[in-house]
Amino acid sequence: MKYNLTHLKELESEAIFVIREVVAQFENPALLFSGGKDSIVCYHLAKKAFYPGKIPFPLVHVDTGHNFPETIAFRDNLVKNDGLELIVGSVQESIDQGRVVEEKGFNASRNGLQTTTLLDTIEKHKFDACMGGARRDEEKARAKERFFSHRDEFGQWDPKNQRPELWNLFNGMKQMGENFRVFPISNWTEMDVWQYILHENIELPSLYFSHEREVFIRDGVIYSDGEFMNKKPEEQIEKRVVRFRTIGDMTCTGAVESPADDLEKIIEEVAATRTTERGTRADDKRSEAAMEDRKKQGYF
Amino acid sequence: MENTTTGYLDMELLRFTTAGSVDDGKSTLIGRLLYDSKAIFQDQMEAVERASKKIGGEGEVNLALLTDGLRSEREQGITIDVAYRYFATPKRKFIIADTPGHIQYTRNMVTGASTANLAVILVDARNGLVEQTARHSFIASLLGIKHVVYCINKMDLVDYSQEKYEQIKSDLDDFTSKLEISDIRYIPISALKGDNVVDRSKNMDWYQGSTLLYTLETVHIASDANHVDCRFPVQTVIRPQTTEYHDYRGYAGRVAGGIFKKGDEVTVLPSGFTSKIARIDSYDGEIEEAFPPMSCTILLEDDIDVSRGDMIVRVNNQPNSSQDHEMMVCWMSQRPLQLNGKYAIKHTTRDARCIVKDIRYKVDINTLHRLEDDKEIKMNDIARITIRTTVPLFTDRYQRNRQTGSIILIDEATNETVGAGMIL
Ligand SMILES: Nc1nc2c(ncn2[C@@H]2O[C@H](COP(=O)(O)OP(=O)(O)O)[C@@H](O)[C@H]2O)c(=O)[nH]1
Ligand SMILES: [Mg+2]
Repeated sequence: MKYNLTHLKELESEAIFVIREVVAQFENPALLFSGGKDSIVCYHLAKKAFYPGKIPFPLVHVDTGHNFPETIAFRDNLVKNDGLELIVGSVQESIDQGRVVEEKGFNASRNGLQTTTLLDTIEKHKFDACMGGARRDEEKARAKERFFSHRDEFGQWDPKNQRPELWNLFNGMKQMGENFRVFPISNWTEMDVWQYILHENIELPSLYFSHEREVFIRDGVIYSDGEFMNKKPEEQIEKRVVRFRTIGDMTCTGAVESPADDLEKIIEEVAATRTTERGTRADDKRSEAAMEDRKKQGYF
Repeated sequence: MENTTTGYLDMELLRFTTAGSVDDGKSTLIGRLLYDSKAIFQDQMEAVERASKKIGGEGEVNLALLTDGLRSEREQGITIDVAYRYFATPKRKFIIADTPGHIQYTRNMVTGASTANLAVILVDARNGLVEQTARHSFIASLLGIKHVVYCINKMDLVDYSQEKYEQIKSDLDDFTSKLEISDIRYIPISALKGDNVVDRSKNMDWYQGSTLLYTLETVHIASDANHVDCRFPVQTVIRPQTTEYHDYRGYAGRVAGGIFKKGDEVTVLPSGFTSKIARIDSYDGEIEEAFPPMSCTILLEDDIDVSRGDMIVRVNNQPNSSQDHEMMVCWMSQRPLQLNGKYAIKHTTRDARCIVKDIRYKVDINTLHRLEDDKEIKMNDIARITIRTTVPLFTDRYQRNRQTGSIILIDEATNETVGAGMIL
């Protein structure tokens, strides 16, 4: 017998350790659940961490109101089948209450508005730690993120003043009103996530798999048609065989043309692609430091 | 590129850190590893090209920009914080902790080194062994890194001279004999041109050894973890309290040392009660042998009181249980270490408080000299201290077990992590 773990098992073990630390160190944690593959993997890891007990925290979904219908259906199905507690923070509500102002124009997105809704939801439910599926390989500002990421009472991230994180000793101590974001799969890459999903046979929303879809093209990005998609007159709807590499808001998530309709094919495709999954996200293209700026304000 | 399904499940994970003085080429080397192993994506590359132009670089793309992710880092052209990078080859998956080299960032290097299996230390071939090389080697040794690879970089600037390389190698050999590093290697490279990084150099026929990537892929790390002293710090207790699992009481945690099996006779610290392991559980079924760094759940035959912060160990191999601890500490805060000061501490899954009883000496981390008269321990200093804790901690020497030998000190007013301790 060889006493070493495969890298997937080691990453799994690390994530489970982190999730258990959260439950041990915080009074009122939650798991941010977007319905995307990373948060689904986090949920799966949380299930493992407390087996055969139930997950001792709720799932929180920040709903922009511009989600893919498939994402919402998947979420509701999971909550029902697994008997979970789901809390929804609604961006539409934040708009209706005048907390945020909707962007205008064709490239309007509710992505930036999510931050307010998220912070309001955290405050309303007094969450002291919110776990999320962000990974360090996704984006260069995220590469500097800690597992336990401290946020001040305004939910802000201060990248230049982060607590050092040594060994597996996670420091979740805080003042009243402050909270933490915790990222159990920090050390996973996109490939790790896909391999793990395959290995564990984890169910995903159908959006990730190749299907025929009504789409239109804008600035070279393939967008799905849908009721809140603001099309220009010259933008023609056409049918293409596509899938999504990440799932965010319909308004800022682009599809890729792909015949990959099962996990093995997706993995082969991921292995051969030369762009990051974030390359399909309009929200990151706004500027060189778009992610760093959003994170400082309290984004995921 | 990362490999696909075939063989993938047999991959191991290697965590390494990079060190070297400012401008020795750390970021370039990492950029090179990522670039040549095709872990860099087109859109990342385009972003780097755009940023290189903006900063005013010309000619070759500045691969360093791939790792310097924060706005202020890109503006100043230096690495400030630890950045983690990932790449994989068909043999292994790698996690790199890229840390800044300057003395004012010693704490960041300590942080990056704390989880690393291996350190790559860059040495500028033109300058040879300098103060920083000594400091980084000392930190690697102090942090218990068992494998150190010295990359003699910028060989292109010394005409790929074997003589230069041999001289530096022999200087390093002398110096490292004073340290506790078991596996030391030397590789002449050019991070910029790619010699001996991923591909074998065409400019240095005289070098018969491995390339850096081959070394990283093959260095033997499976036996680095402690498989002898059984240590299981309890993280949380799992009690489903459902009809199906009515009497289930599992102790969840991550193995910090040794190999645990069903039927093992164990002692629970601090109570000292003994019992037998009834089973080792996981979501995927019963586990036959649990070893580091596995997360699992231990069930005992007897109903004894066990909670977070307790440690399950073998009856005949117990850690040191004490309230007094002697350790090396790396200080990480603007506010100096206070003699007789009180701090919160975290050790395995145990929380406690401590008082600093004595500051023995400070280490001059460039010369390794002990400064017995200088007891002002400021940010980035390394010192030997003794502390007394409010409750007993169950410890091993850090060099024997990184998990049970490490400790962090926390300022109770700011909650910031201010010290990293390694138990002696
Ligand atoms: N000629 C030459 N220049 C190099 C080599 N490696 C790095 N450099 C240059 O040295 C400078 C500092 O490199 P950088 O990677 O930023 O160093 P860091 O401070 O250690 O991260 C840059 O201008 C690099 O292009 C090398 O092997 N040969
Ligand atoms: Mg650098």
